[in-house]
Amino acid sequence: MHRRKFLSLLGGAGLASAMGVTKSQAASGHSFNGYPDAMGVLHDSTRCIGCRKCEEACYQVNDLPKPEKEFKDLTVLDTKRRTDAKTYTVVNKYNTAGLEHPIFRKQQCNHCMEPACASACFVKAFTKNSDGSVTYNGDLCVGCRYCMIACPFSVPTFEYDDAFDPLIQKCTMCHPRIQEGKLPGCVEICPKEALTFGRREDLLGIARDRIRKYPDRYVKHIYGEHEAGGTNWLYLSGVPHTELGQIEVGKTSAPELTSGALGAVPMVVGIWPVLLTGAYAISKRKEKIAQEEKAEAVRATRESAQEEAEAALKAAMDKATKDKAAAVEREVKKAVAEAEKAFEEKLAAAQAPAGEADTGAGESPEEEA
Amino acid sequence: MSSNQKSFWTPGNILTAFILAGGLVLTVLRFTQGIGAVTNLDDNNPWGVWIGFDLLCGVALAAGGYVTSASCYLFGLKKYHSAVRPAITTAFLGYFFVVIALLYDLGHPWRLPYPLVWSQGTTSLLFEVGLCVATYVTVLFVEWSPAALEWLGFRKIRNFVIKLTLPLTILGVVLSTMHQSSLGALFVIAPGKLHPLWYSSFLPVFFFMSSMVAGASMVIFEGALTHKGLHHKMDKTHLEEAEGVAFGMAKAASFILLGYFFIKMFDITMDNDWHYLATGYGALFMVEMLGFVALPAFLYALGVREKNLTMVRVASVFGVLGIVFNRFNVSMLAFNWQLPASERYFPHWMEIGISIFIVTLIVTTYRFIATKMPVLYEHPEYKDAH
Ligand code: SF4
Ligand code: SF4
Repeated sequence: MHRRKFLSLLGGAGLASAMGVTKSQAASGHSFNGYPDAMGVLHDSTRCIGCRKCEEACYQVNDLPKPEKEFKDLTVLDTKRRTDAKTYTVVNKYNTAGLEHPIFRKQQCNHCMEPACASACFVKAFTKNSDGSVTYNGDLCVGCRYCMIACPFSVPTFEYDDAFDPLIQKCTMCHPRIQEGKLPGCVEICPKEALTFGRREDLLGIARDRIRKYPDRYVKHIYGEHEAGGTNWLYLSGVPHTELGQIEVGKTSAPELTSGALGAVPMVVGIWPVLLTGAYAISKRKEKIAQEEKAEAVRATRESAQEEAEAALKAAMDKATKDKAAAVEREVKKAVAEAEKAFEEKLAAAQAPAGEADTGAGESPEEEA
Repeated sequence: MSSNQKSFWTPGNILTAFILAGGLVLTVLRFTQGIGAVTNLDDNNPWGVWIGFDLLCGVALAAGGYVTSASCYLFGLKKYHSAVRPAITTAFLGYFFVVIALLYDLGHPWRLPYPLVWSQGTTSLLFEVGLCVATYVTVLFVEWSPAALEWLGFRKIRNFVIKLTLPLTILGVVLSTMHQSSLGALFVIAPGKLHPLWYSSFLPVFFFMSSMVAGASMVIFEGALTHKGLHHKMDKTHLEEAEGVAFGMAKAASFILLGYFFIKMFDITMDNDWHYLATGYGALFMVEMLGFVALPAFLYALGVREKNLTMVRVASVFGVLGIVFNRFNVSMLAFNWQLPASERYFPHWMEIGISIFIVTLIVTTYRFIATKMPVLYEHPEYKDAH
C-alpha cells in the first residue's frame, strides 16, 4: 500500500505503474484458485525411507540416461544433490538436531498453480494443464533460461552440453500417464505410501487430517498450500520445512509480483508520447517566441536608426541652408560695402588731384578677379 | 590518414587483430561444443556475464542515444546538437552488438525472432524487453542512417529520413523508458533469490533512473575519449560545444543520482532492511551507494559549479563504473545469495573473452564509422540542413 502511494508520488512513470497495477491484476487473475479438479501429490517425509525407488521409476518412465551409480546405491544420499537435465527428481537426506534418524525428502517440480516459469517464458513454452501438471514444449523454447531465474524452487534445468538442441528439462508430473488414467511413476512405485496422488483439494483434506490426528508427529504447516501462490505438490513434515531445504517462499504468485511492472507498459505507451510531444511543442514555442522577439528588436532598431538618420540629415540641411543664407548676406554686404567704397572713391577722386585717383581705380579690377 | 599509409600495424591495431582472432576461435567453440563448453553456467546460475555485462550493462550504457536526442530535439537544448550524432552512433552500435552477444547466450539463437513472430509470451517481462529492443534497434538504425547516407551521397533518402527525426526521437524515448525499466523488472519475479538490499518492487524505476545517469556519463566519458583519439575528425562547432554538453549532462546526472540515492534509502527504510547493513552484503551495498552514487553525484555537482571539466570527467568514470557495478550486483553478486559458496558462479575465462571480443568489435566499428562518415563533424554539403 505504501509502495503504491509512493509510486504515485514519483510522477509520470510512477503514476503509470501505480495505476496500471489494478487493471493488470484483474486481467492476470492473480487470485486464480487453480483448476477445480487439478490433481497433485502429497509427500509425507515422516513416511519416506530414502530408498530411491521413485528416482528409478522416474528414470524408466521418462527414458532418462542411466546415472553413474546404481539406484540401489544409497551412499549417493550422503551428498546433497539437485535435479538436472538427466534427473527429474532426487531424494535428499537431512540430519536434524534432536533426531537420531535422518529425514528424507523428495524434490522435483512443484507444479505451481500459477507457475513462475510459465509466466516468465517469452514464447509460452510452458503450459499449466487442467490436470494440474506444468509441461514444457521444446519446439518453442529459445533457450534464454529466464524460467530458471524465475522459478522460486530452482527447478528447471538446462542441457548445457548440447550445442544444437539444448532444452529445458523438468518433471512433468507424468502428464502423459495421467491422461491415460495411470498414476505418476514415482507414486505408483513408492513402497511406504509416502506419496499420495489425488485431487489437490482432497490432498489438503488428507494432510489436515493427519496433522489433526497426530499433532506430535507433524508441524502445522502444509508446504505448498500457499507457497508461491500455491503448488500442486504438497508436503508434510515432522520438522520445520526449512530444515529440509525447503526455502521460505512468499505467498505471492509470479503474476502478482510482476503485474505492476507489466501494467505500466500500456500507460507508458499512452502517456509518454503525449508528454514528449508537449515538451517538444513547448520548446518549439519558446523558440518561436524568442525568434519573434528578436525580429521585433531588429525592426525597432532599424526604425530608430532611420529616425536618427533623418534628424541628422535635416539638421545638416538646415545648417546648410543657414550657411548659404549667411554666405549670401555676407556677399551682399561685401558687394554693398564695395559699391559704397567705390562710390566714395569715385567721389574722392572727383574732388582730389588726378594722381591719387589713378591708383585707386587700378586696384579694384584686381580684387574682382 | 597519413599514419594509415605509414603503417597499418600500430600497436593498437595489432592488439585489436589479436582479440578479434581469439574471439573467432571462441565463437567457433561456443557454437560447435555448446554453452557448457565455454561457460561456468549451471542449473543454479543460468545467467552469467553474458547477461550481466553484455545485456544489462550494454543496454544501460547505450542510453546516451535517447538521453541526448531527447535533450536536443524534444527539450529544445539546441547546444547539444553536435553531441547527438556520436551518441546515436554509439547507441546503435551498442544495441546492435547486444543482440549479437545475446546469440551466444541463447540455447537456440536462431529462434530469437520466435517471441515476435511465432508465439508471444505476453505475460513475460522478457517479452517486453525483446519487443522494445528489437524495435529500438530498428529506430536507432534509421536515426543513425543519415551519417551513412551523407557519406554515400544519397541525398534524397537522407533528406527524407531527416524529416522523421521528431517521431523517431519520441518513439526512441518511449521504447527506452520501457525496456530500460523492464530490465530491472526482470528480477522482480525472484524475491527469494535476490538479496533484500537489492530486491525491490521499485527495480524498474531504479533501472530507468540509473540508465539516464549511464547515458549522460557515457556521453561525457566518450567525449573525453574521442577528444583524445579522434580530435582531428571533429569540426569547430563540435569542439566548441563539447564543453557545454559535458557540463549540461553533468548537471542532469548529479540531480538524478541524488534523487536515486534518496529513493534507494527510502526503499530500504520501507522494507526495514537496515539490519543487513552489518553483513558482508551490507558492505557491498554501501560501496555501491557511497562510492558509485553519492561520490559521482558530488563530483558532478562540484565540477559543474567550479566549471572544472576534469572533475566532471572523473565523475563520469565513476558513473559508468557504478552502472556496471550495480548491474553486476543485481544479476550476479547479490543473486543466489543464499546458496553456499561452492554453488555460486564465477565466470569462465572464455565467457569474459567473448565479452571482450564483443566490446572490441564495437570500438573497431565505431572507429571505422567515425573516420569515414560525418559523425563528429557536419558534412560540408549538408550544413544548416538540420
Ligand atoms: S516449481 Fe518451478 S518449474 Fe515447477 S511449475 Fe513451479 S515455477 Fe514452474
Ligand atoms: S529457456 Fe525456453 S522455456 Fe525457459 S523461459 Fe526461455 S524460452 Fe521459455
